[in-house]
Amino acid sequence: MSIFVNENTKIIVQGMTGSEGTKHTKRMLKAGTKIVAGVTPGKGGQSVDMDGKHLPIFNTVSEAISATGANASVVFVPPKFAKAAVIDAVDAQIALVVVITEGIPVHDVAAFYAYAVSKGKTQILGPNCPGIITPGKANLGIIPADITGPGKIGLVSKSGTLTYQMMFELRDFGFTTAVGIGGDPIIGTTHIDCLRAFQDDPETKAIVMIGEIGGDAEERAALFIKEYVTKPVVGYVAGFTAPEGKTMGHAGAIVSGSSGTAAAKKEALEAVGVAVGKTPSETANLMRKILNG
Amino acid sequence: MDLFEYQARDLFESHQIPVLAGAVATTPEQAYEAATKIGGKVVVKAQVKVGGRGKAGGVKLAENASDAKEKAKLILGMDIKGHTVNKVMIAQAAPIASEYYLAILLDRANRNFLVMASVAGGMEIEEVAHKTPEKLAKVGINPNIGIDKVEALEIVKSGQFPGDIADQVADVLIKLWQAFVKEDATLMEINPLVKTADRKIIALDGKVTLDENAGFRHPNHEELVDHAATNPLEKLAKEKDLNYVKLEGQVGIIGNGAGLVMSTLDVVAYAGEKYGVKPANFLDIGGGASADVMANGLSIILGDSDVKSVFVNVFGGITSCDAVATGIVQALEILGDKATKPIVVRLDGNNVEAGRKILNDANHPLVEQLETMDGAAAKAAELAGK
Repeated sequence: MSIFVNENTKIIVQGMTGSEGTKHTKRMLKAGTKIVAGVTPGKGGQSVDMDGKHLPIFNTVSEAISATGANASVVFVPPKFAKAAVIDAVDAQIALVVVITEGIPVHDVAAFYAYAVSKGKTQILGPNCPGIITPGKANLGIIPADITGPGKIGLVSKSGTLTYQMMFELRDFGFTTAVGIGGDPIIGTTHIDCLRAFQDDPETKAIVMIGEIGGDAEERAALFIKEYVTKPVVGYVAGFTAPEGKTMGHAGAIVSGSSGTAAAKKEALEAVGVAVGKTPSETANLMRKILNG
Repeated sequence: MDLFEYQARDLFESHQIPVLAGAVATTPEQAYEAATKIGGKVVVKAQVKVGGRGKAGGVKLAENASDAKEKAKLILGMDIKGHTVNKVMIAQAAPIASEYYLAILLDRANRNFLVMASVAGGMEIEEVAHKTPEKLAKVGINPNIGIDKVEALEIVKSGQFPGDIADQVADVLIKLWQAFVKEDATLMEINPLVKTADRKIIALDGKVTLDENAGFRHPNHEELVDHAATNPLEKLAKEKDLNYVKLEGQVGIIGNGAGLVMSTLDVVAYAGEKYGVKPANFLDIGGGASADVMANGLSIILGDSDVKSVFVNVFGGITSCDAVATGIVQALEILGDKATKPIVVRLDGNNVEAGRKILNDANHPLVEQLETMDGAAAKAAELAGK
């Protein structure tokens, strides 16, 4: 089992004909992901060669679904066109849209998120996220497929490279699914959505949750864990030493006043029984202890 | 990007939000001219992006233009909580009858926008929320629907504004929403919104934060950047498209991915406690760490005279470690004699063996490799502490 994506997920890539889209389509295919088509407005009817696999290009997501039965999309289009791409996917009632694009204006994200909620058919992951991987079955986005294989840990993280680092540290155990939810101020799928799904997934035995400074998503996740999650959770929060008022790479990663600090997040998580590591390696060791009993 | 008060005032004015006459001045002479133009009593206000300037003596009433010049002399150059006052705003003085609060901001938790409106203005809104929550209206706004007059009037009513000005305040709120959307703002706050003695509703002071991701829609926002406050190294990094933040310490940091770099800062800070050193910067070189990007990054960090050692921490995801290692070697060739500080490198992930071999073969006297992030952080801290 896994969460959100599995071997039956049929995927289209929006922006497949762009350089990033092409590069990552090839990678995803290589990882065994079922990619069935691409969408680039104005290039419908063409076909592209992805290392020997020919994929059709459609003008709209709706056309791509009609022709292929796709149920998920990965978005690689540039920030300027990302809103239109996501709205197109929502209009086509696709089940999952993974938005990899970095640098989308937050008003655009707020608009497409509200639109998806109003239509009620589409889950959005991201934006500005590395995507989601169910090792050996589906890889939607840019997470390296060969860090580790299937296993019993579920991982949810705001950060891309910390996701990779943690998968690497725990490579001997493997993962059911690893989800990079992204570090933007507004994101579609949250820590809480992933925690709920991991709790409900019988194959997932323990959960790693990676947060970072900014906002109060980790604090809200802590409340949710208290209410709903019975599986062991270990946590890590990046940015303990980040100064106030400086954005640390991700648009959402900023400590303002007393809000958004790593210390407050750690405290909230520990208060509900989550073991929080000071460093990625310490966090991995906490998980190791749990899994080794 | 946070704006100065005078920039917020100008932006409000351009969106027909009522403001008082005001102008910015960087010298007492300019303050005199501005005050002459406005006429009568004026307020001289320090322009700093930090709260509490009133208490610090950064806001003074002036009787006339000559007085404004004197007051500007006092305020310009002041230090307010570590911010030097380089500009003052000369604003028309108006008799105030009441002070209110009005703001629109990004609401991360609810993933929409939030209007906050209160009859209790002029103080920190957290205080209002704490002491008299019944006087603060907080209403979520669907970005695809916005605020119409009916909604605006309801918000104003639940913020307990008096009925005789409800209509005017609702109009200001609608204009504020329009400005918020058109300018791609994440915060527009009017505090205080005032009623003058002659019953006019005016935005007396404002805070605005603009979304830098939306810069492609707003070429004019570039003019609002405060270059005086930007650290020269940060400016240089921006020109090279690098994500760099200058910090106070001695260990230069380069890594790939915002989360990993933040984590690296923490690990170095912990390791540095023993040696009395801290991270000198945040620098994320992103996914594709080419030789050029690595050279640009290294040269910025080596250009920081506070830096005593450098820690390059890369987890090869999409990027393979051999490419990163080649980047480091080429960067050191490009930099030549300019590279003078010890560089501790930790590579892991995609193609790590090849990457480590490239660095070993290059055998550069400044470069030392360690296998783990913790070990490398300790080494870099030790070298910086020497």
